[in-house]
Amino acid sequence: MQEKALSPTVSTEIITLTINGTSKQLEVEVWTSLLDLLREPLDLTGTKKGCDHGQCGACTILLDGKRINSCLTLAVMHDGSELTTIEGLAQDGELHPVQQAFIDHDAFQCGYCTPGQICSTIGLINEGKAKTLDDIRDLMSGNICRCGAYTNIVKVVQEALERNHKA
Amino acid sequence: MKPFTYTRADDVTSAVSEVSRQEGAKVIAGGTNLLDLMKIDVMQPRHLVDITRLALTTIEKTAEGGLLLGALATNADTAYHEQVEQRYPLLSHAILAGATAQLRNKATDAGNLLQRTRCYYFYDTHTACNKREPGTGCSAIHGYNRNHAILGHSEHCIATHPSDMAVALAALEARIHVTGPQGERTIPIADFHRLPGDTPEKDTNLADDEIITAIELSPKGFARHYTYLKNRDRASYAFALVSVAVGLDMEGDTIQEARIALGGVAHKPWRNPEAEALLTGKKASRENFQPVADAYVHGAKGFEHNSFKIELARRSIVRALMQAAHVDQNSNGN
Ligand SMILES: Cc1cc2nc3c(=O)[nH]c(=O)nc-3n(C[C@H](O)[C@H](O)[C@H](O)COP(=O)(O)OP(=O)(O)OC[C@H]3O[C@@H](n4cnc5c(N)ncnc54)[C@H](O)[C@@H]3O)c2cc1C
Ligand code: SF4
Ligand code: FES
Ligand code: FES
Repeated sequence: MQEKALSPTVSTEIITLTINGTSKQLEVEVWTSLLDLLREPLDLTGTKKGCDHGQCGACTILLDGKRINSCLTLAVMHDGSELTTIEGLAQDGELHPVQQAFIDHDAFQCGYCTPGQICSTIGLINEGKAKTLDDIRDLMSGNICRCGAYTNIVKVVQEALERNHKA
Repeated sequence: MKPFTYTRADDVTSAVSEVSRQEGAKVIAGGTNLLDLMKIDVMQPRHLVDITRLALTTIEKTAEGGLLLGALATNADTAYHEQVEQRYPLLSHAILAGATAQLRNKATDAGNLLQRTRCYYFYDTHTACNKREPGTGCSAIHGYNRNHAILGHSEHCIATHPSDMAVALAALEARIHVTGPQGERTIPIADFHRLPGDTPEKDTNLADDEIITAIELSPKGFARHYTYLKNRDRASYAFALVSVAVGLDMEGDTIQEARIALGGVAHKPWRNPEAEALLTGKKASRENFQPVADAYVHGAKGFEHNSFKIELARRSIVRALMQAAHVDQNSNGN
C-alpha cells in the first residue's frame, strides 16, 4: 500500500521500508534524508534532529539492527531495509528494558537526546564490544547530551550490559 | 542541498560508466562526508551514483597472504574483523580512534580515504578557499589555522587530511585498487593523496571517473610492535591535531624496520623514509628515537595558531616509538 505520496517531482523513487515491523511502500524525493522521511511524512517525530550533520546523535536509529545517524543518509538508498525507531521499541504496551532503565536511573532532563541515547544503547549492546566503563564512555560518545545527564546514562548502559550478559 | 538525480549501480562497470558519462556525477557510499558537505553546498554533485549495492563489502585473504578490504566494507566491520584485529591491530586501533560508533557503522573504507579536509573555511561558503573554489585565495593562511598543516603546505592551501585510517594505511603501505573506463590499476597509498601545490582542489590522484574497489594490505602487519597515538582536544570523538602510526619489526631489542606515518600535519599522511631508516639495526631507546623525531619535523613551518604542532609532533613520535617498542616511558633508554 502506498502511503502519503510526496509532492510529485521528476526526482522521486518508490521504495519499500519496514519501519518498526510494518512494511511500507513510499515515494521519496531522492534528496530526502532518512531522518526527514521519518519525521515529516511519516510523523515519527521521536527521532530528533539536533545538528543534521552527524555530530550529536539525536537522530540515531537502528538500521537492520545497527545504530546509525539517520541525518547523514538518504532514504532512497535503503530500499528493502528494516528500521527501528524509538516508537518501535515498546512491545505490547511494555517499555523496552533500556527505556525503563532510563526512567529508573533518571537518565534524562529535557529528553531531547534521549531517543537517540536509547537507540544507541541498544546498538551498543548488539555490537557486544563494550567491556569497561571507559569503553562505554567511548562507544557512547556519538550521543551528546546538552543537559549533561551523562553520569546516569552511563549507569543505564552498564546495567543494560550486565543484564544482557546474564540473560 | 542542491537538487540532483540518482541512480543505483548494479556492478562496477555500470557504476564507472555512470560517473564517466554524467557531468558532475559522484558516487555515494556511506554518505557521511558527502551528504554533510552537500547540505551546506560545499559539494554540489548533479548526479549521485549509489554504489552501496555493489559486491565490494568482503574482507578476504590474498594469495600473497595479505588482506583485501572491499571498498564498501564499513569502518566498523573492518576494525572489528578478526583478521584485522589480530594481524593489523594498528589499522583496527586507528579506525576506532576516529568518528563515532554510529558513523563507523555507515562509513566505508574507500569513503574514509576520500573524505575532505576539516579546514573551517572550506566549510564556510562565504569565505575564500582555493580548495572549494580555485583561484579565490586561502582564508586560513592569515586566519584561524589551528588544525592546519605544518609540513608540505603551499601558498595556495595549508589544509590537512583528516582521516585516521589513512595514516595507518600509510604505515602499512597499503595499495588502492581502482577501476576506471580504461580498466583497473593499483595506486600505492603514498601516491594516492596529493600535496596541495597549486592545485589544492585535487585531494588525490584518483581520476573523476575512477572508482575504488578495494584496499590491499601486504602480509606485513606489525602486529607485535605497533601504536596509533592520536592527540586531540578531547579523548573521544574529535579529529587529530597530531597523530602517529608506528609499526616496528624487531629482533630482541633491535629494530629491523620502522614505519612511521603522521596524521593531522599535512595534506596527506606524512612519511619520511630517510628518517625511518635511521632506526634500521638500532636498539630501541629514547636516545635513538629522538633524532628520528627531529628529522621528521625538520623544515616544518607553522602558522599563527598551529606552531605548537611542531613540538607536539616531535614528542608524539618519540612516545609512539617507545610504546610500539615496549620501552619504559620513564627510562632514559640506555
Ligand atoms: C561528526 C563526524 C566526526 C568524524 N570524525 C572522524 C575522525 O575523528 N577521524 C576520521 O578519520 N574520520 C572522521 N569522520 C569522517 C568519517 O570517517 C568519514 O565521513 C567517512 O569515513 C566517509 O566514508 P563514507 O563511506 O560515508 O563516504 P561518502 O560520504 O559516501 O563519500 C566520501 C567521498 O568519497 C567518494 N567515494 C566513496 N566511495 C567511493 C569509491 N568506492 N570510489 C570512489 N569514490 C568513492 C564519494 O564520491 C565522496 O566524494 C567524522 C565524520 C563526522 C560526520
Ligand atoms: S587551507 Fe586549503 S581548504 Fe583551507 S581555506 Fe585555505 S585553500 Fe581552503
Ligand atoms: S541530527 Fe543526526 S547527528 Fe545530529
Ligand atoms: S537530556 Fe537534555 S539533551 Fe540530554
